[in-house]
Amino acid sequence: MKSAVVTFPASNCNRDMFDALEKLTGKTPYQIWHQDSEIPDVDLIALPGGFSFGDYLRCGAMAARSPAIKAIALHAERGGNVIGVCNGFQVLTEMGLLPGALMRNSSLKFVCKTVHLQVENTLTNFTNAYTKGQVIDIPVAHHDGNYFADEDTLKMLETNGQIPFRYVSKAGEATASANPNGSQNNIAGIINERGNVLGMMPHPERLIEDAQGGTDGRGFFESIINTLK
Amino acid sequence: MKARIHITLKDGVLDPQGKAIQHALGTLGFSGVEGVRQGKYIEIDLAETDKSNAAETVEKMCKKLLSNMVIENYSITID
Repeated sequence: MKSAVVTFPASNCNRDMFDALEKLTGKTPYQIWHQDSEIPDVDLIALPGGFSFGDYLRCGAMAARSPAIKAIALHAERGGNVIGVCNGFQVLTEMGLLPGALMRNSSLKFVCKTVHLQVENTLTNFTNAYTKGQVIDIPVAHHDGNYFADEDTLKMLETNGQIPFRYVSKAGEATASANPNGSQNNIAGIINERGNVLGMMPHPERLIEDAQGGTDGRGFFESIINTLK
Repeated sequence: MKARIHITLKDGVLDPQGKAIQHALGTLGFSGVEGVRQGKYIEIDLAETDKSNAAETVEKMCKKLLSNMVIENYSITID
């Protein structure tokens, strides 16, 4: 499985994403700079976390207008897989590859902690190594992860199983206290209708080996590897 | 010419920053503040001298970058 990690100015999880992909796929990912207008033929493009362009104007807004973006959009249009984690999720919504927007956390505070996520849909390219309803622990670290979409979009996401990850309590309940940022319907991650583009605020790349304190993020990468076998 | 652009959150989009400002105003003793919505104000200096051309260009700027149409509205004045 060939992959590429796109780095923008002030991305800061690009190395974590690179290491996770390298360790789990056994192949060195391409490192793409935001000014590269061409991306080699790969199976997966990953947009990492960080604070691209200092979050100026809106989180992900500047990055979503970078030269590399056209190549990412073309890759997605051809059915190629794209993931965006944290700032990468914000970039995907700003590009219009995923619906909705990520707004300032309802607490107005930067949230940095481990949260419980329920894997609700295991039929996706990115979640098939988990079991349906499984609760996993994954860290979040963001100021703007408050997912917003209009009612019709939310209904579509809910009906089509486009919400693979939801913030829940340890017991698996989508309560207000389990929601770290005020996201509508406790949404932690969404997938596009076609099923090849996923964005999520939590960081699976930060939990792929015991040295990081857990391995609950491995399933995310193993799912993509399964899909592309 | 100068374009002045106001970007505001659409109705129905929660504005936690506006809520915090409203709360702070109350704490300072300003009673009767029934709502606060926070937005952005952007000024752009343009070489264009034709007002309608300028309006057309700034409209495109708003759609392509300056506002996020999912959550925001914009209004433009040009002088």
